[in-house]
Amino acid sequence: MSDTYKISPDEIGEPDAGPLTLPLDGWHRARGGRMVAFAGYWMPVQYEGIIAEHLWTRAHAGFFDVSHMGQLYIAGEGAEAAIEAVLPIDLSTLPLGGVRYSLLLDANGGILDDLMVTRWGTGFYLVVNGATKHDDIAHLRANLPEAVSLTHLADSALFALQGPEAFAALAPLVGGEHALSALSFMRGASFTLGGVDAWISRSGYTGEDGFEIAVPAESAAAIADLICAQPQVKPIGLGARDSLRLEAGLPLYGHDMTPDVDPVSADLLFGINKRRRGDGGFPGADRILPLIDTGSVTRRVGLVLEGRMAAREGAKVLWGEAEVGSVTSGGFSPSLEKPIAMATVAAELARPGTQLIIDVRGRKIAATVTPMPFVPHRYHRKGAA
Amino acid sequence: MPRYFTQDHEWIDVDGSDATVGITDYAQSQLGDITFVELPAAGSAVAKGDSASVVDSVKAASDVYAPVSGTVSEANAALEDEPELVNTAAESDGWLWRMTLSDAAELEGLMDEAAYKTYVEGL
Repeated sequence: MSDTYKISPDEIGEPDAGPLTLPLDGWHRARGGRMVAFAGYWMPVQYEGIIAEHLWTRAHAGFFDVSHMGQLYIAGEGAEAAIEAVLPIDLSTLPLGGVRYSLLLDANGGILDDLMVTRWGTGFYLVVNGATKHDDIAHLRANLPEAVSLTHLADSALFALQGPEAFAALAPLVGGEHALSALSFMRGASFTLGGVDAWISRSGYTGEDGFEIAVPAESAAAIADLICAQPQVKPIGLGARDSLRLEAGLPLYGHDMTPDVDPVSADLLFGINKRRRGDGGFPGADRILPLIDTGSVTRRVGLVLEGRMAAREGAKVLWGEAEVGSVTSGGFSPSLEKPIAMATVAAELARPGTQLIIDVRGRKIAATVTPMPFVPHRYHRKGAA
Repeated sequence: MPRYFTQDHEWIDVDGSDATVGITDYAQSQLGDITFVELPAAGSAVAKGDSASVVDSVKAASDVYAPVSGTVSEANAALEDEPELVNTAAESDGWLWRMTLSDAAELEGLMDEAAYKTYVEGL
């Protein structure tokens, strides 16, 4: 046996440097996590099994250690304008504690990373991908004015608690000025958790209601224990994190978007805020703004495959005999019990219902363009019950 | 009926010139949840070391190599509806295919159960 594909092979750490360990390394190993090198760190790919962990998260609450991600703090005189000069974000509409998705773009409009930006009282808190964080920091430092400082919050651990029972599990554990119920989707605030200060936002990467929780690294294991002692909660590995986000239609950096892909092709226009579509003034605007009007040549779509054989990244997408695109990520959907994929295809074939063919190791598999998310989002939006 | 093992974590039960092939319990535990098994067609010829089957798990597709050369006589039809048999019974009901050997001498390079156990412990 040999693996022809592993999770994110390009994100596996340099073998000579060796993967680094995260604050919960021993905690994961003690709970039977199978550790793999990912984004330069040893991380748990699974505990009891990807399907069981995936379904548990959809039914209850899953605890994810995402401490490999980069947590950055940007502040100083002119920080707001400086961030708007490097990101296509409209910070004027981002309230205190508000969280917003954005894109780090190169001068040609290629995607260098996707990230979350939060307004704190004194500055801005950014969460970027683990595999790209050092490049992101260098890129941002090179593009921020001298008066604006960027701090890498390397001593902060980051967790996610996701699933329909996430609120019930977390609410009794937090204290502070606000009740946890004050948070709606994409809003965050300061709380205390296990006796330490925690920044908690109602956000995540599974399509479920849930929270992302930043705590000091030295308290990481105690807080992980506290959360996982709740009966609704089990620890969940990277494998289920990937299958959950795929079902939720959420793209993964390095796979579904890369520096070779612009936000229009990647179907990520919501990452370019409305005011910026008019004003421009962000990296790549000269290329992206015309594309918004004309449409892109290719487009990211969701595909549902016939049968049970999954298509993986790189599989060719055909329309008749013609090659019209390729799979950017794919796998078996535990919730739908069939294979699903994201692919980049010719824009004229992106309409839902379009019948395509995927070449999986020489086998021709029928696939239907399907609106994403594949599994409905269940976010706790403001004003919802 | 002797059972042999490969370094790629296949097992092969040999009964005269007939054999049954599967992946080991260690292999299935490494792959995790298996969702699909692509099996060779009856009548197809396989050569030692060639990819004869693909086991699809949630996270990866993995080749299964023919431990020896020969002709496939039967694929395990039960895996079409129950690919998870490879997880639950890798070394029994979760077998992949049966074959007729073309060169029994090829068995000589394979490991017996004790040798395979030692090999896995060293991984």
